[in-house]
Amino acid sequence: MQKFSAFELFKQGLNGQAGWKPQWRSPEPKAAYDAVIIGGGGHGLGAAYYLAKQHGMRNIAVLEKGWLGGGNTGRNTTIIRSNYLFDESAGLYDHSVKLWEGLSQELNYNVMFSQRGVMMLAHTVHDVQVFKRHVHANRANGVDNEWLSPEEAKAYCPPLNISDNMRYPVLGAALQRRGGTARHDAVAWGYARAADDLGVDIIENCEVTGIRRNAAGAVEAVETTKGLIRTPKIGVSAAGHTSVVLGMAGVRLPLESYPLQALVSEPIKPVFPCVVMSNTIHAYISQSDKGELVIGAGTDIYTSYTQRGGLHISQHTLEAICELFPAFRRMRMLRNWGGIVDVTPDRSPIVAKTPVPGLYVNCGWGTGGFKATPGAAHTLAWTIAKDEPHPINAPFTIERFRDGHLIDEAAAAAVAH
Amino acid sequence: MLLITCPHCGPRPELEFVHGGEAHIARPAQPEALNAEEWTEYLYMRANPKGLHAERWRHLHGCARFFNALRDTTTDQFVVTYKTGEARPDLKGPAA
Ligand SMILES: Cc1cc2nc3c(=O)[nH]c(=O)nc-3n(C[C@H](O)[C@H](O)[C@H](O)COP(=O)(O)OP(=O)(O)OC[C@H]3O[C@@H](n4cnc5c(N)ncnc54)[C@H](O)[C@@H]3O)c2cc1C
Ligand SMILES: [Zn+2]
Repeated sequence: MQKFSAFELFKQGLNGQAGWKPQWRSPEPKAAYDAVIIGGGGHGLGAAYYLAKQHGMRNIAVLEKGWLGGGNTGRNTTIIRSNYLFDESAGLYDHSVKLWEGLSQELNYNVMFSQRGVMMLAHTVHDVQVFKRHVHANRANGVDNEWLSPEEAKAYCPPLNISDNMRYPVLGAALQRRGGTARHDAVAWGYARAADDLGVDIIENCEVTGIRRNAAGAVEAVETTKGLIRTPKIGVSAAGHTSVVLGMAGVRLPLESYPLQALVSEPIKPVFPCVVMSNTIHAYISQSDKGELVIGAGTDIYTSYTQRGGLHISQHTLEAICELFPAFRRMRMLRNWGGIVDVTPDRSPIVAKTPVPGLYVNCGWGTGGFKATPGAAHTLAWTIAKDEPHPINAPFTIERFRDGHLIDEAAAAAVAH
Repeated sequence: MLLITCPHCGPRPELEFVHGGEAHIARPAQPEALNAEEWTEYLYMRANPKGLHAERWRHLHGCARFFNALRDTTTDQFVVTYKTGEARPDLKGPAA
């Protein structure tokens, strides 16, 4: 692998930057692999990397029906935080934040992880009570989170409107200073490059159309648009399409797929120092390093696979943004798009074995799985390699819905990214 | 914004409606007879199809009544709407 470094950049500069090589190969699929990952988003590529790096499984492939990171990985608003309410969630999401902290070094790829702080606004008495409860629960779990008064919130984020004549005045905020953002594409590309270097075949434009099982019921092959590929282990990391893919193996899941939209403004000079989220009025905002304001909304109301969603949803979000940040009222929006997110009834993910031997699933991340990319990838790889979960993802089973062990972040936060 | 045809009121904008999830999931006639697996299926498991989806809608800001629809989730096109209690129309979906 061609290492990235200041020295390498200088050296290539002497040569007119002509010596850079493609960052990963584009091989044709082999007839068989020891394991196959379905889905070339950050989660799937990361799982392949950890399988190769930590579990010595190098004869493996990632199959992606489109291009790397073209799913939700490349469509999300990149908010990273770990201040979830329940112990299980704190374990999984904070595992991820810790991996994010070393990821650029680990991959020799700048994923631009920026711990600029994530501030969640409280607008009602109920919000205040819920967020304070989160602050205490998080501290008990060793996860940083602190309560700010409206004035302290404004000091942390000067464009914020804290006047009391708003429809939803700011009554305070919960701030996680270790939270922040990362460069979405770089996460997919960094994992892809590092996995490829360890021998993983990354195959784009290869859609899985069927899963074959043997007489004992275990998986034995995937049917793809590039032919049949034999494998005893399949890890599915297909986000919004998980129900479709697991349906190929006859597995039903507690998932529904919804459109989730985001939009960016024209680029401007740095004005916005952190990430601000408001669950109550459905708006999320940060500023990218390119200068665009990155704005996210709530999901549309109906299930869909169209990657679009209705304009009125974005409009509703922009109304909230304009009231919270009056200075942005005259900004123009540049692009608007949607992704398809797979939502579970308790808004917590599933990273687990399935009832089918050799079939593993990582799904249900819904509106908030980018932040968990390294942790999901790491624990999925563990689960595939050892055929049993890591202690961190052990609670996130499909059976929790049968056994009543819900990890109900939905009730805890109403909505959240 | 979608234009949705309420079987009672005719075509109205999406803003007047709420989505009610998958249709034709009947509450078990004998709840006490169900085991944990069957409860899980009833409460949580969903078809989530890519293609034709039978789903409930409620015309909340209109007649306030529930009704059912067949909608193609690959295009969001409503193929047909029908009243609660009527059987799912026997149609093949554009994307199956
Ligand atoms: C608008 C929006 C904003 C969001 N904001 C945030 C946020 O601020 N913070 C946060 O933490 N999360 C956020 N999320 C959620 C986050 O993007 C996802 O949870 C996360 O990126 C999922 O990663 P993934 O790798 O599992 O999925 P993806 O990146 O979607 O990868 C799945 C891949 O599987 C492929 N695939 C599907 N079916 C097949 C098949 N049959 N064969 C082969 N390949 C297949 C797809 O093409 C896709 O590339 C947001 C999502 C959206 C849409
Ligand atoms: Zn009506």
